[in-house]
Amino acid sequence: MPRALAAFAAGGLLAVAGALMQVLLRNPLADPYVLGLSGGAAVAALLSMLAGLPPFAVSLAAFAGALASAILVFGLSHGSGSWTTTRLLLTGVVVSSGWGAVITFMLAVGPTEQLPGMLYWLMGDLAYARSPWPALIVLALSSLILLPLGRSLNVLARGPLQAAALGVAVRPLEWSIYASASLLTASAVTTAGSIGFIGLVVPHMLRLVLGNDQRKILPAAALAGGALLVLADTLARTSIAPEQLPAGVITALLGVPTFLYLLYRSR
Amino acid sequence: MVSLTLEQLVIDIPARADGRALSFTIEPGQRWAVLGPNGAGKTTLLHTLAGLRQPRSGRILLNNRPLTDYRRKQLARQIAVVFQERFDGFPATVLETALIGRHPYMAPWDVETDDDMQIARQALAAMSLHSYEDRLVSTLSGGERQRLAFATAKTQQPAVWLADEPTNHLDLKHQVKIMKLLAAEASAQRGICMCLHDVNLASRWCSHAILLYPDGEACWGPADEMLQLPALQNLYDQKLSIAEDNGRRYFVPAETDDA
Repeated sequence: MPRALAAFAAGGLLAVAGALMQVLLRNPLADPYVLGLSGGAAVAALLSMLAGLPPFAVSLAAFAGALASAILVFGLSHGSGSWTTTRLLLTGVVVSSGWGAVITFMLAVGPTEQLPGMLYWLMGDLAYARSPWPALIVLALSSLILLPLGRSLNVLARGPLQAAALGVAVRPLEWSIYASASLLTASAVTTAGSIGFIGLVVPHMLRLVLGNDQRKILPAAALAGGALLVLADTLARTSIAPEQLPAGVITALLGVPTFLYLLYRSR
Repeated sequence: MVSLTLEQLVIDIPARADGRALSFTIEPGQRWAVLGPNGAGKTTLLHTLAGLRQPRSGRILLNNRPLTDYRRKQLARQIAVVFQERFDGFPATVLETALIGRHPYMAPWDVETDDDMQIARQALAAMSLHSYEDRLVSTLSGGERQRLAFATAKTQQPAVWLADEPTNHLDLKHQVKIMKLLAAEASAQRGICMCLHDVNLASRWCSHAILLYPDGEACWGPADEMLQLPALQNLYDQKLSIAEDNGRRYFVPAETDDA
């Protein structure tokens, strides 16, 4: 049961973070990892595994790594003067591939007996989930804080100039989206490793069904993302029982075709 | 009754000398045209007037109070901007798009009321978009999107309208419709300022004009004094000739030998 709760919380966090990032970057195809958060988390987590630290320390390291990556990307894209969402996106993509190289390096030099654990973590695995409560609390709190912002996010989705002309304080809003999406993703990664596709596919699918009103999308993403990850984790544990698959494999197996189909259909 | 005053305003265009500082007031009921060649700073001026850009120097007063003293939301209740470029990356319906004009009037947790709906529907009807309510914006033509942008601005119920190329993408009938809408807003004592490329639209529909030159020079005043052949030829670096019809003068590019 704690594992199911943890899966629900992590899935909800990822889906909400994805919805936020998509509005922030004004790109419906952005996901919570696009700014390198999962890479930073993974590098820190793998390092602590190599150091032989206990699971809770691995989780803490992942959290710290994700936040460090978010701050790094934000600082770099800030440069001298103003940041644009394009620069943010590009910096995130480049930093992510940097983390990717570091991860590959660590896997290459890591001791063989540690490799399965590291690979499982990378693919997203709830076996490390200990207590679901931190993630659940973050999910509940963020939903409460973000809900009143829904309409401002709708206006922001029309572009920063139009939003400013309609009375939205664009910079502070973008800041808070960035900070909260990073926090949400970091909590999710800490709970469940880097599980892919939930943050990308869930908000996108909901948009097709509900339209692009963030007042509906954000709470719906929390629920649907949570439900999807619980389902994926259950499948992961039962499909080849007694062996277990990492949940990230299932979300990717479900997510990739769904997403390609959506893209194909949307001209 | 809201006036927008420019006080020694120099707009911030990178790598350009200050030129002439702008000082005039857009009074309620006046319709100002901003004219100038490409790159003269028409859009920059409009964005600066809306408080979306910082001026290099000088200031702007809305009702004798500096623009910078207002909160963004207060400004949005007074000033509406119709942009030249719009971002429609996410799916949205026509009615939803018009309704975002109510945003400045709503507290964060408010939901649109029947009144808001009615204001938005009236604005859509004024732009002949009432039968399009549930259409996705991405399925509209350029001209229909332009009319929708006006409906959104009308839903905002501003005291001052700032419009960048209001007739962009519009067929002749809808050009007249938009200009009539702006004229009606002006006769309801609202101030209007629009960037235009068409000198003849300015002379037909505007009470005042400001000419912006690429080097930062500028002059302004009542439209009939400003819209004179030598000044306009100078402004656009293009020989013009005048055609007359029903006592109205129209400026057209002159035939030249190398044309």
